Amino acid sequence: MKRLLSGNEAIALGAWEAGVQYASAYPGTPSTEVLESLAQYAGVKAEWAANEKVALDAAAGAAFGGARALAAMKHVGVNVAADSLMSLSYTGVNGGLVLVSADDPGAFSSQNEQDNRNYARFGKFPCLDPADSEEARQFTRLAFDISEMFQCPVMVRSTTRLSHSKSPVEVEMPEGPRERKPLPPFERHSDKYVIIPAIARRRHPEIEQRLLEIAEWAETAPVNRIEWGDRSLGIITCGMAYQYVREVFKGFSILKLGMTHPLPKRMIHDFAGQVEKLVIVEELDPIIEEQVRAWGIEVVAGKEFFPLYGELTLARVREGALKAGLPVAPMPDQVEPLSEVTIPARPPALCPGCPHRAFFYNLRRHRKKVVVSGDIGCYSMGVLPPFETMDMLISMGASIGMAHGLKQAGAQEKVVATIGDSTFFHAGLSPLANAVYNKSNIVVAVLDNRITAMTGGQQHPGTGITLQGEEGKQIDIGPVARAMGVEHIWEVDAWDVKAVDDALKAAFAVEEGPSVVVVKGACVFTPYYQRRPTVAVDLDTCTACGNCFRVGCPAILKSDQTHPKTGKPKATIDPLLCTGCTVCLQVCPVDAIYETGGEEA
Amino acid sequence: MTQQKNFLFVGVGGQGILTASDIAAQVGLDLGLEAKKSEVHGFAQRGGVVESHVRWGPTVGSPTCEKGTVDFLVAFELLEAARWIEWLRPGGTVVVNTQKITPMSVSVGNAVYPPEAEILAALKERAGRVVTVDGLALAEQAGTVRAVNTVVLGALSALLDTPAEVWEKAIIRRVPPKYADANREAFRLGRETAKET
Repeated sequence: MKRLLSGNEAIALGAWEAGVQYASAYPGTPSTEVLESLAQYAGVKAEWAANEKVALDAAAGAAFGGARALAAMKHVGVNVAADSLMSLSYTGVNGGLVLVSADDPGAFSSQNEQDNRNYARFGKFPCLDPADSEEARQFTRLAFDISEMFQCPVMVRSTTRLSHSKSPVEVEMPEGPRERKPLPPFERHSDKYVIIPAIARRRHPEIEQRLLEIAEWAETAPVNRIEWGDRSLGIITCGMAYQYVREVFKGFSILKLGMTHPLPKRMIHDFAGQVEKLVIVEELDPIIEEQVRAWGIEVVAGKEFFPLYGELTLARVREGALKAGLPVAPMPDQVEPLSEVTIPARPPALCPGCPHRAFFYNLRRHRKKVVVSGDIGCYSMGVLPPFETMDMLISMGASIGMAHGLKQAGAQEKVVATIGDSTFFHAGLSPLANAVYNKSNIVVAVLDNRITAMTGGQQHPGTGITLQGEEGKQIDIGPVARAMGVEHIWEVDAWDVKAVDDALKAAFAVEEGPSVVVVKGACVFTPYYQRRPTVAVDLDTCTACGNCFRVGCPAILKSDQTHPKTGKPKATIDPLLCTGCTVCLQVCPVDAIYETGGEEA
Repeated sequence: MTQQKNFLFVGVGGQGILTASDIAAQVGLDLGLEAKKSEVHGFAQRGGVVESHVRWGPTVGSPTCEKGTVDFLVAFELLEAARWIEWLRPGGTVVVNTQKITPMSVSVGNAVYPPEAEILAALKERAGRVVTVDGLALAEQAGTVRAVNTVVLGALSALLDTPAEVWEKAIIRRVPPKYADANREAFRLGRETAKET
């Protein structure tokens, strides 16, 4: 039966078909659904890890023990796991080990556009680049075989467009439940899995040899294929770019590379020799192009026409081809651009009821005397209006380290690090220990919303619920900070505007060592978020001061009524959006906002 | 129906656009065509703009459409129809739910939501056909405000030479059983409205 599966669902299906026994991931758009989907299959132990390195380490341990294992992460997650990844290329595996890297060309949901095919080249292991869901499934299956055949980790590289597109997959429905069997007794190979210098030195030449053997295998493996057409033009492409190429360069010859590292040299030479002109279309970095040019093969159009940055699309491939003077159909006719109507922007905003709102409202009021070091999560929206209260943000967990360094270097302002609960467990523990150890006078605000929110609501060590639904211990952030030696700790209700402000002020007054403020309140998308009766504005009392607009709630709108003297609009609240969190009510200086006492929102 | 059909579903996070586009892709598959769809998750969804591409055809390469090739722009929100109109193929059709969702830029007073008449005039100026539906009212009439996306699909289905049963089946498979009847009604109301315009 044909079913529409997303690239991520297809990767999970392929892994299951390959008999994967253990899988681990840290959530990250666009990779998250790989594990969410895999967790549904019987016989697979699928887990959320505290971070990507832990996920890969866990998969490595499972693979050393003989299990087929998978770790999935977004592109920048591989940076976190890279230390282990590089060594795993040296150790090799026992059971197949597959790393799914979901890159984000276009940076739809990321801090950069890094091309993780570079890791395959860097780490000297193979990389498979599927172009649709059917390939995502087949390549993932194949990846386990290659891993075992050549004794190396194998990267299955997806992109946002592949991960989040659905295309038909031929699915034989999984037969009945597959039982989880214990592993056979551990086969000890300390000369293989203990990568001390002597062994690393011995392994390196073997790894170089391995790469040559994989390249030789790739010369004839069906993972790379040629679609012959008009030979006046030949296009080498891979991954999602193939889909744009086959539409834009209709009828011409295509070499579609399913494995983008290592490359099949003879196959590429042969292809180039049989076409009049050679074009290379790949998303982001010129991984294929640089190698092909280094082999002395002439390329008439590559990165100078198909940019190094941004997601490729049909339009960008067509545009590049036209600029290069290649014989493709012109850009489609378009309707007249909109000029008579101005379209207001629709930036993302903290949701109505969001537990981060009161915190950023308060922090903004201390804006002049604080520098705010942010982190990855919904609260990165603290940089947007109306809060505009974030001064730096680079990567997961970096908020605390950056705050620390800035303060230690002599910053005169109060320095506040804002970090979420999931991010705290991901990469916040070490920098907090570092701040205690080196005695920096920073304020660490942990915005504990009881979920990994930005990626759609995944559990983590602080919630104690596993990916496959088992309940266990919740690791409480306040006591963790205390055990690390933080002496000043406040835990406050996220929706109590005054309590949050009091805690911030008290933390600012601390003169030595780090302090921690845990702002506790569940994300509105969690089942344990408590909706309350909606609130409304009494327009007679409202003075149009605008203070409630400063909490940045999508439920608070400008009303048709204006203040007679100032002419400013009074506020109104959309009862369909309001969740009754009362933050606006608390900041209203004239008590014009009241609880309706009606039905729960 | 053998030729290529390109759909672009747009609106605001939380409006059920991803489900609606899933259903439209499934209908393509059920009609015996190849079908692909594509969407973007994550940061953009928090009250931001949501876009989802659906393509049907004998074969489909790219899961996203090219600007100027969209046969049906299906907008779940009035302003979003205007924002995405440039993707429409000249002579293409706009299906627009006339619901308005105020963007933060407007509610904080940095921008103005253009009047409905101006937006519709601009759409009509550019599209071969503009079909408006009051999705919220019709969904309420059908029994649940959660069925706005089904109303819109009903309207879209009327503009395509496709049997209603295929759509209904695909919709019912995706909604909770207790809302099945309301969704059937919502689909019918949407379909009737589009036939009348």
